[in-house]
Amino acid sequence: MTTRAAFIAVNRFGLGARPGELERAARDPVGWAKRQIHAPPSLPAAFAGLPSGPSRMADFLHARQRRGDGGVQQLFRESFRQTFREEAAARLRVHVESEMPFRERLVAFWSNHFTVSVQRPIVLGLAGAFEREAIRPNVAGRFLDLLTAVVRHPAMLTYLDNGQSFGPNSPGGLRRGRGLNENLAREILELHTLGVEGGYTQDDVREFAKILTGWTMAPPEDPQAGHFRFAVGIHEPGAKTFLGRRVGPGLINEGEEVLALLARHPATARHIATKLARHFIADNPPAAAIERLARIFRDTDGNLAALSEAIVEQPEAWDEALPKLRTPHEFVVAALRAVEFNGAGESMLGTLRTLGQLSFAAPSPAGWPDTAERWIGPEAVLRRAEWAMAMGLRVAAIREPRQLFAGTIEPVAARSTALAISRAPSAGEAVATLFAAPEFQRR
Amino acid sequence: MGKTITRRAALGGLLGGTLGCGLCGPLFGPGLSLAAARLGGEARFVVVILRGALDGLAAVPPYADPDYRRLRGPLALAAPGSADGALDLNGRFGLHPALAPLHAMYRAGEMTVFHAVATPYRSRSHFDGQDVLENGVTSARALKDGWLNRALSLLGGERLGLAVGQSIPLILRGDIPVASWAPADMPGLDGDFLSRLATLYERDAILGPALAQGRQAQAMADEALGDPRRAQGRMSGEKVYVANRGPQPMRVVAEAAGRLLAAENGARVAVLEVGGWDTHANQGVLNGPLANRLADLAGGLKALQDSLGPAWRHTVVAVATEFGRTVAVNGTGGTDHGTGGAAFLLGGAVTGGRVIARWPGLAANQLYEGRDLAPTLDLRSVMKGVLSDHLGLPAEAIERVVFPDSREAPMLRDTLRA
Repeated sequence: MTTRAAFIAVNRFGLGARPGELERAARDPVGWAKRQIHAPPSLPAAFAGLPSGPSRMADFLHARQRRGDGGVQQLFRESFRQTFREEAAARLRVHVESEMPFRERLVAFWSNHFTVSVQRPIVLGLAGAFEREAIRPNVAGRFLDLLTAVVRHPAMLTYLDNGQSFGPNSPGGLRRGRGLNENLAREILELHTLGVEGGYTQDDVREFAKILTGWTMAPPEDPQAGHFRFAVGIHEPGAKTFLGRRVGPGLINEGEEVLALLARHPATARHIATKLARHFIADNPPAAAIERLARIFRDTDGNLAALSEAIVEQPEAWDEALPKLRTPHEFVVAALRAVEFNGAGESMLGTLRTLGQLSFAAPSPAGWPDTAERWIGPEAVLRRAEWAMAMGLRVAAIREPRQLFAGTIEPVAARSTALAISRAPSAGEAVATLFAAPEFQRR
Repeated sequence: MGKTITRRAALGGLLGGTLGCGLCGPLFGPGLSLAAARLGGEARFVVVILRGALDGLAAVPPYADPDYRRLRGPLALAAPGSADGALDLNGRFGLHPALAPLHAMYRAGEMTVFHAVATPYRSRSHFDGQDVLENGVTSARALKDGWLNRALSLLGGERLGLAVGQSIPLILRGDIPVASWAPADMPGLDGDFLSRLATLYERDAILGPALAQGRQAQAMADEALGDPRRAQGRMSGEKVYVANRGPQPMRVVAEAAGRLLAAENGARVAVLEVGGWDTHANQGVLNGPLANRLADLAGGLKALQDSLGPAWRHTVVAVATEFGRTVAVNGTGGTDHGTGGAAFLLGGAVTGGRVIARWPGLAANQLYEGRDLAPTLDLRSVMKGVLSDHLGLPAEAIERVVFPDSREAPMLRDTLRA
């Protein structure tokens, strides 16, 4: 059953088969996935020329300093929105055209784990850069390095407000009458590391917020404007107590110490293992797989290459039933890959929005949901069918339904699906049926 | 070719096709969805969920509390009577001026304000907090279905539901089928294609039921909204891609909800979700992001009243959020996650013009964990009263099925007209 295994490899771990991909994976489906983890990371060409996070942050800081709120709104309207559209289109293009789709899936997984969302307008200019600069280089490295890169990035510092959190007893806090903002501290604990049941208290949140004061960006008048800066003058002085231990006083070392502590915490291992297993195996992931993944996380001190290999090695991950439903983004990407729709541009963003998942636009810091019940309602299923039809009609003239079928879902297709495609009243409806079929909507 | 399904056209005509904003700035409109279910009788029940934690002390300032002004500092509203002051409710509490349309309802005896209210959830995670608000028990993971769906299971008659929005919020998920429904920018599908698809989905536990409910919802929409435009025609490639539209005010969806609920054979229970309440930074006082959200909410509720028409008389609208926010202003001109907050019942069936609050006070020793408004009323008590007095559910069934293990939250009676 190598073709079935190949189907699982390119769909469960990949982004759906491009023409010929099933055959290439069939020789060694496990190796096909694993090789991508260790391939030297290079930046896909579609990202060339897009602006860096610190540079866009500097644009924002300068606009605010020189032109106030009106200037900021104008910057968002006239510049950040365009950056966002270019970033979202480039990301889609990379997903559709990638020959390392498992690696892209890992980037997308971690990007969603550490969500920044354009629900806050400033993130429009930063979200793509965040994924490219903080996530992408670190998905096969150490979890602590990934976490640290995330927390230091201007997108996260702004999205979760830490950039403007002041130690109430710091010189800057006293002078300006400013104080703490708990947002980032809480979400690091709840969403990024320990998990909501990870055993921390409100006091821990508060103390961690104090520890993180000063983690901000260099101000507009600084040549390094927009880059990460530990601002000593707003850091809350004195020792803190976090998870029952004394931390500091040690300025930036306090935050680094706590991030290291969190990265090594067994609750973090379990939280990450559960999310990975939910993403790659099943909505209700098997406890044994979670346990094995959590152990690998702990034993390797959060080595994400080892963890990614382990995910591919889980026997449950090769279950021939197709337990996971594709998210709207995954669904669109799989269809575009199947027909080799290269050069996807900004015109596709409306489709992704209509289907409910526009890149970098998750509804909250918790990111996009990862269970079918959160994605599929009666409306969503109709929208997908409609888009399948629109695609079918559009590509039938240039792609042969029979070949598309062979190149995508044939290894796992039910007889009824194969029949419905072959008997469809037109080529367009045949392709629409293929894309709407359960075997295509699942992975 | 069979008849073209006209779900799109139906709502497109109703809403002018403006729903479903995603990429727009100042970015999103509120994350809105509406779900509805049909009951017998005239009673309508709408739940409005404010996702992100509404600052109850900003919406309903306790302006007479001796500690209010000190703790709220720059976020405190002026007392009623002064320029830009709060709108007085009862000599102790006021309403934010952006809620003026609700103040009119209050004075008309059609809104009751609850304060120092909370769900049983006592930590400060949005996501768990919302789950508890919606599953109706004390912990996020204890039940995976929603209390409103369980309430529907107790109601007789046709129970088909509808949701505007692509998926169904937890409060409405469960054994009773509830459809979701939203206008989209893609044209409709051929009926034959959908029925062939239904065959392929027969054995799919997720896609199968969703498609069946979607097709049912279509039929219900046609019935509730009258003859829709039918000349949708076949879609073409060009029509797949849609233009980005401006932010979507709550009013747009509320109007649709009202129309669906007002229809003689239309829906009777609906849920609307409104996002954007997580005001950690620079939330503003008289103007600003929070005032804008409040104005949008008030405008939406007013639009709901208007589009319900005479059915408003038989309607209860409950407005609730997952928890309140800190009493004190945080270091960045906003407020962090808290506990007790405000909730509202509105509608022609409400015995309004009252503030129901066992006020705990804002002094340091009166705050929950030294920082939050202490809750003195369980939100479930309010909802139990509505289910009993408005929807006529037996008290025993409410306790056993809808809000199990909620003895600590006794039913609050007399909030509604007999």
